[in-house]
Amino acid sequence: MRKSILIIILLPLLMSCNQQPNEVKVDVFDYSLLEPYLNKSTDSIYVVNFWATWCAPCIKEFPYFEQLHKEYKSDKLDILMVSLDFPNQLDKSLYPFIKNRKTDLNVVLLDDPAQNVWIEKVDSTWSGALPATLVYKGNSRVFIEGPVDYNDLVNAINKVSNQ
Amino acid sequence: MKKMSMFIFTMLLASVTVLAQGYKIGDKVADFKLKNVDGKMVSLADYKNAKGFVVIFSCNHCPYVKAYEDRMIELHKKYESKGFPVIAINSNDPAAVPEDSYDKMIERAKEKSFPFAYLFDEGQKVYPVFGAARTPHVYLLSKKGKDMIVEYIGAIDDNYKDATAVKEKYVEKAIDALLEGKSPEVKETKAVGCSIKVKK
Repeated sequence: MRKSILIIILLPLLMSCNQQPNEVKVDVFDYSLLEPYLNKSTDSIYVVNFWATWCAPCIKEFPYFEQLHKEYKSDKLDILMVSLDFPNQLDKSLYPFIKNRKTDLNVVLLDDPAQNVWIEKVDSTWSGALPATLVYKGNSRVFIEGPVDYNDLVNAINKVSNQ
Repeated sequence: MKKMSMFIFTMLLASVTVLAQGYKIGDKVADFKLKNVDGKMVSLADYKNAKGFVVIFSCNHCPYVKAYEDRMIELHKKYESKGFPVIAINSNDPAAVPEDSYDKMIERAKEKSFPFAYLFDEGQKVYPVFGAARTPHVYLLSKKGKDMIVEYIGAIDDNYKDATAVKEKYVEKAIDALLEGKSPEVKETKAVGCSIKVKK
């Protein structure tokens, strides 16, 4: 009797220990789930960055997207950070990065080996090298392969919103 | 007049952009001379019996390269004897990525016992000629007469994260086709990779 009570008390404790120590949760997409985010036809501006924690220039430009998020808070601007970190290394890479950074940005993980199909769909000019950034509003699109700074992002936003 | 010069300028700019894009399928490749991890200078012309090459733009630091290193070794072991050796080239500027220095290349080649040449593109001169953008980035060449012709550009296979889940071995299929005297069915593929790093 006592034993079973003990189990009833201990079981939830044990189960909670079993959970991830960090509460970081990232949605995992394949390309079919990501695709709608790259082709929205609202009057908002969408900024989509392809990055990974192991990519040094990606980490360098990460703050520019956070700055954008802050500066354009009152505008119709939506930022999505698409991580290409290795799915089997998230505990060592993406999760600690998000936890330490306490970022406000929306991060998803793209786990889809069919790269030869989806890279072309993101933008026909993209070689697949990281980082890469897509800025669009309706049918007006700017795609940048390679690192960006804050001004590049503002210029791209101005370009798509003026067309 | 102003319009005309603008037009000429635009055309010039356009042609420069085309040049900067590098080799296309069917293009003739210019030979190069780069330092191998054993200290010797290596050119394509040194391989007297080669029917072609698997030129792979590579490096030390990139996780995508690391995921493919064992497959690069296998590729070389399988196809060197058939006349298609692997040649790996690191074009990253060590000033931008210290892990990709020549000394670190020597270390990595020893650690992994690379059976192929691992060349250092000092001064980053060769990768723009090819138009390589990322690592790993494969250019499969075959010998036609005296020329080396680009036959395939892209990824090694269709699954970077799991070698056992590969459905299409692009490079192997392309070499097999060439060995049968055919042209590769798939000539270009895209894959995610690390950008080639140059110090600004």
